[in-house]
Amino acid sequence: MQISVTVNGVVQERDVDPRTLLVHFLREELDLTGTKIGCDTSQCGACTVHLDGKALKSCTLLAAQADGANVTTIEGLAVDGEHHPMQTAFWENHGLQCGYCTPGMIMATTAFVKDNPGASEEAIRHNLEGNICRCTGYHNIVKAVKQVADAAAGGD
Amino acid sequence: MWPNKFDYQRAESVDQALELIGDEGKFLAGGHSLLPVMKLRLSAPEQLVDIGRIDSLRGISADGGLTIGATATHAEIAASGDVQSMCGALADACGGVGDQAVRNFGTIGGNIAHADPASDPPTVLVAAGASVNIQGSDGSRSVGAEEFFVDLFETALEDGELITSVSVPDLSGQKTAYAKFPHPASRYAIVGVAVALSMDGDTCTGASVAVGGATVKAVKCAGAEAALAGSSLDDAALNAAADMAKADIADWLAGDVAYPESYRQQMAGVYLKRAVKAAAG
Ligand SMILES: Cc1cc2nc3c(=O)[nH]c(=O)nc-3n(C[C@H](O)[C@H](O)[C@H](O)COP(=O)(O)OP(=O)(O)OC[C@H]3O[C@@H](n4cnc5c(N)ncnc54)[C@H](O)[C@@H]3O)c2cc1C
Ligand code: FES
Ligand code: FES
Repeated sequence: MQISVTVNGVVQERDVDPRTLLVHFLREELDLTGTKIGCDTSQCGACTVHLDGKALKSCTLLAAQADGANVTTIEGLAVDGEHHPMQTAFWENHGLQCGYCTPGMIMATTAFVKDNPGASEEAIRHNLEGNICRCTGYHNIVKAVKQVADAAAGGD
Repeated sequence: MWPNKFDYQRAESVDQALELIGDEGKFLAGGHSLLPVMKLRLSAPEQLVDIGRIDSLRGISADGGLTIGATATHAEIAASGDVQSMCGALADACGGVGDQAVRNFGTIGGNIAHADPASDPPTVLVAAGASVNIQGSDGSRSVGAEEFFVDLFETALEDGELITSVSVPDLSGQKTAYAKFPHPASRYAIVGVAVALSMDGDTCTGASVAVGGATVKAVKCAGAEAALAGSSLDDAALNAAADMAKADIADWLAGDVAYPESYRQQMAGVYLKRAVKAAAG
């Protein structure tokens, strides 16, 4: 079937098998391999992208359901070669080790901070429920997100 | 993982969805229950009719009670001021479903049609005396939540019938709460208890109680309700209600290796007390 999805600002028209999951569409059709597949059972959040601005586990949606929608992946966050503040904050706070969960972490937390500037550490930890990291123990991820959330609220 | 092959069609209206759906077809709302089971090949429908873009199934309206469209998402319900004021327990239950990404796309219609015993919204809908509005090719009908949930993954829906909305009475004059013991990994309910209490000062004049998670379906607990009604919700009444709830659910228990039936039954009593305290406090 024919679908048209705007991915990172570019309209992508493709003929896909209806059972194509959005994550396969991104990784295999569009070669956007920044989005990872971890569990493939909707648990780990490694595949998180934004669909019309909302965090979504892209292993749990058909590409067909995204027809006509706007999708942002980790590749689409930087503007003019400048990292998104969340990417910078993960770098500065050492919020990653192997990096496998990181694209999903960054997509989940950018959506969260946009809706919750100034979020408390507790709220940030709660919001990470759907994203699993086997390396960091989360502390530095939380620090990174807190830095961006504080800045978004006008603090520094 | 790829699901089996299927035909995909998107419906623009309820009428079109009912026309399109075939014998081996399934409706697709958020896909957050159906796609995982299709990927595991536990389900292999030949046809999916996507109802996610039908305008008339969306949104939440409040007019003497709540009408929640079938494709209202958990996140929308949790954030709705009308739901918070008319049935706070439902907003809390939806706000505790899975994680934010799941709440962004999972819908109440899909949740109750799937009837997973570990779901949260069904337990509140049963305690709240909600009803499920259903449309079929022969017309529409409305089924009380208690009758809607029949057994494990089984509802009163007939093949080809579509849930259009859920009606929830205005419980702003009562105190409602939902207490959940979430699975530490999946966040699904190991036990969930919903209560709606009518109070006159410190006296509970009437109670509605339902238990889920511990059971194959959300179960209304008449014994626990009777133990609470007329009491001042003191410890003796709470203990009696907890014991009654354990008896009320005895025929419907569910369990697994990690959380066996006897443990969940015990926890149902504990979470009943927590729900009552949260509602009254
Ligand atoms: C990681 C994860 C964690 C979760 N945790 C929880 C939790 O803690 N608590 C909880 O309650 N739920 C939880 N869920 C389930 C979640 O709530 C699902 O989104 C919801 O159960 C299904 O809604 P959906 O719109 O995605 O339905 P779909 O997956 O699209 O459909 C589910 C079923 O309902 C049918 N259906 C859908 N809409 C209709 C309709 N309008 N009329 C008739 N039939 C219909 C479909 O044909 C299908 O059989 C979790 C899910 C995931 C992936
Ligand atoms: S790969 Fe999608 S949630 Fe794990
Ligand atoms: S950094 Fe390795 S999984 Fe998170």
